Amino acid sequence: MKLLRLNKNNKTAFIEGMRNGIPIGLGYLAVSFSLGIAARNAGLSAFQSFAASFLCNASAGEYAGFTLIAANAAYIELALITLIVNARYLLMGCAMSQRMNPKTKLGHRLLMGFGITDELFAIAISRQGYLNPYYSYGAMLMSVPFWATGTALGTIAGNLMPLRAVSAFSVALYGMFLAVIIPPARKDKIIAGIIVFCFAASFCAAYLPMVSEISAGVRTIILTVVISACAAILFPKKQPAEEEK
Amino acid sequence: MTNNPYVYILIMAVVTYAIRVLPLTLIQKQIKSQFLQSFLYYVPYVTLAVMTFPAILDATQSPISGLCALIAGIITAWLGASLFKVAVSCCAVVFIAELIIPLF
Repeated sequence: MKLLRLNKNNKTAFIEGMRNGIPIGLGYLAVSFSLGIAARNAGLSAFQSFAASFLCNASAGEYAGFTLIAANAAYIELALITLIVNARYLLMGCAMSQRMNPKTKLGHRLLMGFGITDELFAIAISRQGYLNPYYSYGAMLMSVPFWATGTALGTIAGNLMPLRAVSAFSVALYGMFLAVIIPPARKDKIIAGIIVFCFAASFCAAYLPMVSEISAGVRTIILTVVISACAAILFPKKQPAEEEK
Repeated sequence: MTNNPYVYILIMAVVTYAIRVLPLTLIQKQIKSQFLQSFLYYVPYVTLAVMTFPAILDATQSPISGLCALIAGIITAWLGASLFKVAVSCCAVVFIAELIIPLF
């Protein structure tokens, strides 16, 4: 029960996490609605789609999975596609591991890992200093249930939500991404340049023949690895210890 | 033969969780290599930027409203608005844009 003992600092982080989790949860509710429709097409019940979303918390990964389930694919095929489409979480996990307090207990690491989604990763990494597990828990609490509920509602109700509302809600997630990457870009011209380059490269990759046929998840991984590696070679970051000297 | 949906869901859940949790539990030390450090420093910015554009153009009913949301998001974030405010401004801009666009 040691995990549950909150000191004041952790309590503040937990509440802040909950507050920042609310817009994510609202966005999830809208976006996962369409995921629920995909689940229904795959023959899943509302309970099954709820379970899938609650356990996976993955947008593109679940879409890919539901498509395969609809096609009655082999189990190994589903495992492989899930691995490929979600591989970006591996990179995010590596990035997060470097921001963890080395003393963080295994229990915290196991729980925090559950909440690595594009959005929750974005808000966690945007905070200063070591990642606080309680911030992540607060954010997860306000978002993961909405993701699962939205999926189940989508399976039950299909296209009840007006298109315009879905349309408006769905950009909330991108707004959050921008809120994470733009402020550091203002301070650091290198990051600003990299972001502009990423936009251009990603745009080309999405519309060029051949490349655009690769799934969006795989394109994201390839672009992330290549651009980050080039940036690391061209603009190496000084180790924090050296900066202090 | 139809495969069991619960086995499907279990496979998805286990694979997805393993991908997320392995780096967090296995990499407990600070990475020493300057290249890897720099690489992991840039990963969040690159991956989020790549996922934002051009996907934001396809998220809305019209690519124009998506573009408006992108611009609104960049401006509000640049001016230092909170996560919530940036997200809400993007939604509001799309909602208004899609009320206006059909008029033309």
